[in-house]
Amino acid sequence: MTMLETVDGTEVREGVDRETIETVQAMAGKYKYGWETDIEMDYAPKGLNEDIVRLISQKNGEPEWLLDWRLAAYRRWVKLEEPRWAMLTYPEIDYQDQFYYATPKSMAKKPKSLDEVDPKLLATYAKLGIPLKEQMLLAGVEGEAEPRQVAVDAVFDSVSVGTTFKAELAKAGVIFCSISEAVREHPELVKQYLGSVVPPSDNFFATLNSAVFSDGSFVYIPKGTRCPMELSTYFRINAENTGQFERTLIICDEGAYVSYLEGCTAPKRDTNQLHAAVVEIVILKDAEVKYSTVQNWYPGDENGVGGIYNFVTKRADCRGDRAKVMWTQVETGSAITWKYPSCILRGDDSQGEFYSIAIANNAQQADTGTKMIHLGKRTKSRIVSKGISAGRAQNTYRGLVSMHPKAKDSRNYTQCDSLLIGDKCGAHTVPYIEVRNNSSRVEHEATTSKVDDDQLFYCRSRGMDEEEAVALVVNGFCKEVLQALPMEFAMEAQSLVAISLEGSVG
Amino acid sequence: MALPKAKEDALAARLAALTLPAGKGWLAALRSEALARLTAMGLPARRDEYWRYTDPTSLNVPEAPVAVRFEPGDEAEPFDGMDRLKIVFVDGVFDAAASDDLTLSGVTIERLSQTGGKDIHWAQGLYGQLETRGQTPVARPLAALNSAFATDGVLIHVTGRAAKPVSLIYVHQSDTSDAILHHCVKLEAGASLTLLENGPAAARFSNVLEVDIAEGAQFHHIRLQGRDHQRRAVTHLFARLGARSEMRSFTLTANGRLTRNEAVVELTGDEGRAHLAGATVGDGDFHHDDTVFVTHAAVACESRQVFKKVLMNGAVGVFQGKILVKPGAQKTDGYQISQSLLLDEDSQFLAKPELEIYADDVKCSHGSTSGAIDETALFYLQSRGIPRRRAQALLVLAFLAEAIQEIADEDIAEDIRGRLERWLARHGSNG
Repeated sequence: MTMLETVDGTEVREGVDRETIETVQAMAGKYKYGWETDIEMDYAPKGLNEDIVRLISQKNGEPEWLLDWRLAAYRRWVKLEEPRWAMLTYPEIDYQDQFYYATPKSMAKKPKSLDEVDPKLLATYAKLGIPLKEQMLLAGVEGEAEPRQVAVDAVFDSVSVGTTFKAELAKAGVIFCSISEAVREHPELVKQYLGSVVPPSDNFFATLNSAVFSDGSFVYIPKGTRCPMELSTYFRINAENTGQFERTLIICDEGAYVSYLEGCTAPKRDTNQLHAAVVEIVILKDAEVKYSTVQNWYPGDENGVGGIYNFVTKRADCRGDRAKVMWTQVETGSAITWKYPSCILRGDDSQGEFYSIAIANNAQQADTGTKMIHLGKRTKSRIVSKGISAGRAQNTYRGLVSMHPKAKDSRNYTQCDSLLIGDKCGAHTVPYIEVRNNSSRVEHEATTSKVDDDQLFYCRSRGMDEEEAVALVVNGFCKEVLQALPMEFAMEAQSLVAISLEGSVG
Repeated sequence: MALPKAKEDALAARLAALTLPAGKGWLAALRSEALARLTAMGLPARRDEYWRYTDPTSLNVPEAPVAVRFEPGDEAEPFDGMDRLKIVFVDGVFDAAASDDLTLSGVTIERLSQTGGKDIHWAQGLYGQLETRGQTPVARPLAALNSAFATDGVLIHVTGRAAKPVSLIYVHQSDTSDAILHHCVKLEAGASLTLLENGPAAARFSNVLEVDIAEGAQFHHIRLQGRDHQRRAVTHLFARLGARSEMRSFTLTANGRLTRNEAVVELTGDEGRAHLAGATVGDGDFHHDDTVFVTHAAVACESRQVFKKVLMNGAVGVFQGKILVKPGAQKTDGYQISQSLLLDEDSQFLAKPELEIYADDVKCSHGSTSGAIDETALFYLQSRGIPRRRAQALLVLAFLAEAIQEIADEDIAEDIRGRLERWLARHGSNG
């Protein structure tokens, strides 16, 4: 009754999706993005002081007000202490032993178009599967009924190397460029909104970022515009001992809509590298933003050597009535993840959603979650968090739901599920729930369990090996979050789930 | 690490108003150790993680804030008519006349103030010891302060089945009384005891109860923190459970300006069971904080935390609960629920329900909800001819039922339901 076919010599039983097997095979080989690009770089001197801040500002050709803004942040940062409340243990970070600015030499003269960009850089992104050349993208999707176009802003260490589909976006009035370019071309927008969601005084890492951010993406969607394609930023850390401090600012004007994707990778190295980003999203009346992240920074090896320290502040401010934001994140990389994408639900009837998958394997540690601050009336939020721990990893959900006295008739639903694979790892839940009015309803549920033996047995009996079976069960566990991702990301995320758990069983 | 200046000053001011009770016996050394712990930690401050929702100032200040004694009116004393051994403290001072003779079959009962001078005593291995264990990972300075400065308390050694419950009654008389009591209970293997506590105790009351429950022993604890409107209280229950032992603790709190009830429970033997429950009703200037830590350090243990709060007229309820499952504590069954019913716009519920899990074959869950009374249910009851106020009381009682069910003794549970019903009738919100 079973028909056997083979994929590269592997017998595959009927009922097992051939594509799944191929994907898993293609992905074999642990961290796929661990190579580095050999390219000449310009570095600012190691360490951090006011001169470095000035240098970064000067390299970006920034106006005086921005330099002052950076310097104020730097002066504040010097007096701050690194937060240690998260359930993360890592050696002290030497902030003076980092490069705060690194750029490929070829980028010294700003290329006017993608054609002038160093082919090595383009090749890097092509290898990562991010075609920067628009025509390549179009050619690559030949045969599909309706090719989906995605505009990409690619950030390589400290600088943005290119943004695709700019002309097409401009037709719709959408501004999508690097933040350094936005400072030059649209200073009024940047000045109005930069730091208005995450002020430089927000927290240690946001303050650091405010002082030294080198590049990042800027998006403005004008009133009533539905962004014609998905926008995407791809962050790549390449240089050694270099911190990446990008800053993203998204402004979605009244009645506008945008879906934004973010991806991250870095080469394998024995030393830990620092990444401290800030993402600010401003959403006006009736506007909607979807922000999806697949974070796959280098997680370090099985023994916890190397990997990215990822300290990120992300926040969306629903300023207008009926504004809507949806954060979706798949966190599989980084040695340390410290990240709490938040929603400030200021406008009446505004909505915030947070869908998260956090996978920690080997010696990875993740402390991640969200904050839902309900200020407006009838605001709604929903949190679905799936944490998976394997190896010796520690995975913490940390979240805040706050209902202010004026947020009448608001609603929150939170679901945090943890899955443990093996008895050396940990899964933790630290929710803060603050309800200051009685017409709002808040519900929080959390469960912790292990991979179900019956489900595993069933998968094994259908011919899967143990790792595949675990990957399938885990993908099922994550289903609600995977469904919230845009199509392409969902596929990538599914295979990432499988890869991230490699070596976690047996 | 040196304490911040503000903490040092607060501690110095508090210590200046206290004197370490004199004596040379076994207790003296334990008191100085506790004082050293306190000095290292300092008093709690709003910035401390586990005090973010409760302001400890009135518990820290040298003088107890004035609290006028409340006349309970026609409400009968709790546990009235029950066969029990009564031990009465008035403003923290033992009242021999009102207390029963301290002899009970299966149990030895002594007073801390009378045995502390001895060279050697069984309580040496318990007094301040579970408190010390409970100081990590979260500091509990007010418990250390209690261990250092407690003026009295009872030491209960249970070797068999206690013939009847031991009932601690705390009477509040003086408007400025500041009582510090510390009790130790040691249950030998297979022994059992029911401990009852009730009464407002003092204007400000600090109470520590350390309970060591050996293999197969049973400890039942029921506490009613009186209806005294202005009193303040901080209590700590430290318990250690051996294999196949059982503990059930239930607390009813009605009124009181500030109550902080901490419970620190460690399951150290396989197949132990710990159930903690609390029902709270608060009206107006009322702040109630349940801070509960349950540690699973053995295999196949069960723990339940069931905490329900009904709040009105600006009352504030806090729940901070944690289930910690240590590496190797497989087959753990941990459950935690914290819920609040806010009867009007001004009340608040602040919660931090935590799970910290280091073993994979476990079943742990927690839930936390907050909201107003269900209007549909209210409408339904009214449509069946039940007046609105009565309907609301019924729904509130139904909401509290899960916590009250944790009381093993059905008579006591019934009495508590009656008390709650009468309390609701007196305080019924117009909502």
